[in-house]
Amino acid sequence: MLVIKGLKAKVEDKVILNGVDLTINAGEVHAIMGPNGSGKSTLAHVLAGREGYEITGGEVLFEGKDLLALSPENRARAGIFLAFQYPVEIPGVNNTYFLKAALNSILKSRGQEELDAMDFLELVKAKLKPLKMDESMLQRAVNEGFSGGEKKKNEILQMAVLEPKLAILDETDSGLDIDALKVVADGVNLLRNKDRAFLLVTHYQRLLDYIVPDKVHVLAGGRIVKTGGKELALELEAKGYEWITGNQKKEAKV
Amino acid sequence: MKPKVQEQPVEKVTQEEYKYGFVTDFEADEAPPGLNEDIIRFISKKKKEPPFLLEWRLKCFRHWTKMVEPTWPNVHYPKINYQDIIYYSAPKQGPKSLNEVDPEILKMFDKLGVPLQEREVLAGVAVDAVVDSVSVGTTFKAKLGELGIIFCSFSEAVQEHPDLVEKYLGTVVPYNDNFFAALNSAVFTDGSFCYIPKGVRCPMELSTYFRINAAKTGQFERTLLIADAGSYVSYLEGCTAPMRDENQLHAAVVELIALDNAEIKYSTVQNWYPGDKDGKGGVYNFVTKRGACRGVNSKISWTQVETGSAITWKYPSCILQGDNSVGEFYSVAVANNMQQADTGTKMIHVGKNTKSTIISKGISAGKGQNTYRGMVRIQPAAENARNYTQCDSLLMGDKCGAHTIPYIEVKNNSSKVGHEASTSKIGEDQIYYCRQRGLSTEDAVSLIVNGFCKEVFRKLPMEFAVEAQKLLNVSLEGSVG
Ligand SMILES: Nc1ncnc2c1ncn2[C@@H]1O[C@H](COP(=O)(O)OP(=O)(O)OP(=O)(O)O)[C@@H](O)[C@H]1O
Ligand SMILES: [Mg+2]
Repeated sequence: MLVIKGLKAKVEDKVILNGVDLTINAGEVHAIMGPNGSGKSTLAHVLAGREGYEITGGEVLFEGKDLLALSPENRARAGIFLAFQYPVEIPGVNNTYFLKAALNSILKSRGQEELDAMDFLELVKAKLKPLKMDESMLQRAVNEGFSGGEKKKNEILQMAVLEPKLAILDETDSGLDIDALKVVADGVNLLRNKDRAFLLVTHYQRLLDYIVPDKVHVLAGGRIVKTGGKELALELEAKGYEWITGNQKKEAKV
Repeated sequence: MKPKVQEQPVEKVTQEEYKYGFVTDFEADEAPPGLNEDIIRFISKKKKEPPFLLEWRLKCFRHWTKMVEPTWPNVHYPKINYQDIIYYSAPKQGPKSLNEVDPEILKMFDKLGVPLQEREVLAGVAVDAVVDSVSVGTTFKAKLGELGIIFCSFSEAVQEHPDLVEKYLGTVVPYNDNFFAALNSAVFTDGSFCYIPKGVRCPMELSTYFRINAAKTGQFERTLLIADAGSYVSYLEGCTAPMRDENQLHAAVVELIALDNAEIKYSTVQNWYPGDKDGKGGVYNFVTKRGACRGVNSKISWTQVETGSAITWKYPSCILQGDNSVGEFYSVAVANNMQQADTGTKMIHVGKNTKSTIISKGISAGKGQNTYRGMVRIQPAAENARNYTQCDSLLMGDKCGAHTIPYIEVKNNSSKVGHEASTSKIGEDQIYYCRQRGLSTEDAVSLIVNGFCKEVFRKLPMEFAVEAQKLLNVSLEGSVG
């Protein structure tokens, strides 16, 4: 579904991604871990199409098509969803209204029928229930005054409504209490199926107890430096990153 | 035919006199360009006005000639030649009812989405449509009449209710108030008049659509609205003008009077031609709007959405005379491309326990310059007066400007005045977030801007709010990305 080959990206002359290779197939869940500042969010934003990054090398294919050639909205319409590490507040814009506008613009781009207000409300309420989220959140402005945890849950609600093909979750588990963590995990597990893929950026293997990944990658120094199964996450938790990134540095010197 | 310009004696002017001093062709549907006492007599005679009104017009005109155009607003425009303007023009036929209205004019309204007849039935809105300077249609009069509500063109009020006109005209905006108000007072040709009797709650939104029709014709509308004791009225004013190349002066005056326990809600959507991207053409909107809360517990709310005009100079204000009276001002003002807006409000607290709220949302885009200018004055007798002011500015791009100029004068220690202001740029991260969810940049901008204006939009009557949002989107099209 997603093939990243030798991806290199710069921000203001600073090299952040330095040759990322990653392939994700439909139905798979991949986790990316790595030290702070190693480029995880950058990778997520480059995939989502945020402006301000200079792509200096490599390519990204999504379902065989050049992803980097698309605008952010067209990537979203193609089925890419990013749950932001720092969800953005949009004062005065009703959460339900926002989500309906988003869903309808995606449906429209696919030539599907748009939902009216009644049908949409029904849909969103159905999505809300298993996530144990309060209906009052629907009537508030997008992320405005939401607590950190509420913002993350709101991202999961949006994901549940938009039903993307590839969902990238950037530290959606950070700052969550145990119950909220389960909500996030449920959100992912409910959507998990053979046609859909997930890329989870996380610092904690705890999340991976609830969402069992097919693969775990370590991103350091702008590259994937190690790939393994779920046990890699446990190993990282126990030993930290030094043993891998340290190796890297030695290798680099050779 | 040209009028002979004559110096008029400043002494008493009566209806008698204008038989003599007047040389303009009364049969003409249009006055020749220029302004002098003859022209004023021409207008007054055309409108078959009683002597008090002509005298008042002349007093205003004479005062006006001694006034200078204000230069303090933060707006710039080429000097206006007041002798180039045509001060009176009437549509070809003078329709007495909707049926007689020129089909061309009706078509024009249709294009603008103002199907008079439909509105009559569907929205329950009484419409007093003003095309150019003469009223072309008034609806719902019968229904309103049953309640004793008077809602008609200003000219009609002058004929039918001269006592009310004489009693209230110029009592809120005095003839010598400012340059443009004085000009309007001298030459206004029509407008709307509304009187809500004691204890009556007007059962429908009253609405007037203004249009600028004939090229080179200045518009000088006059609106007078009186809410008698214990009454309530919601009044909508909206307008839109077609593309044109020449700048057009519009200097309207609106006076509102709320007596004991009366409430007036006055909502405006203003969408006159703003000029092209280089600032060519566009309407100069120099308006004086003021309401007097004369009675105890009275309330006046101004809500405005200003998206049009090349230049807007406008400060809908409240004079809170009655004890416990309330004044409100909710405003969205857009300055895009070369538009200049200098707008705000004045809240003058005179009575005890008077309260005012000011919410101003300024949006600047392109090279637009948006100035909020507001005054809150607490007079010595205004015990326990309260004001809350919030001014937010939103900038789109880096060539536009936002300016906030609040004046606060407090002469009573028991009062409380609060002011908050913010300026923000439309967030790149907000737009990106929306786009990541599948919305186009344009939809994202309109969503964010509408969110920014929410507090004002929710003060508008429902159907007006929808129209206002659409307008805002249209006027900001292509400003980002
Ligand atoms: N716009 C920018 N300008 C300058 N530096 C940037 C910019 N964006 C990212 N960086 C830098 O790129 C590096 C990678 O940042 P990124 O946010 O991708 O890290 P991360 O792996 O997600 O870290 P964390 O685990 O703390 O979230 C950091 O050193 C960061 O400071
Ligand atoms: Mg990050």
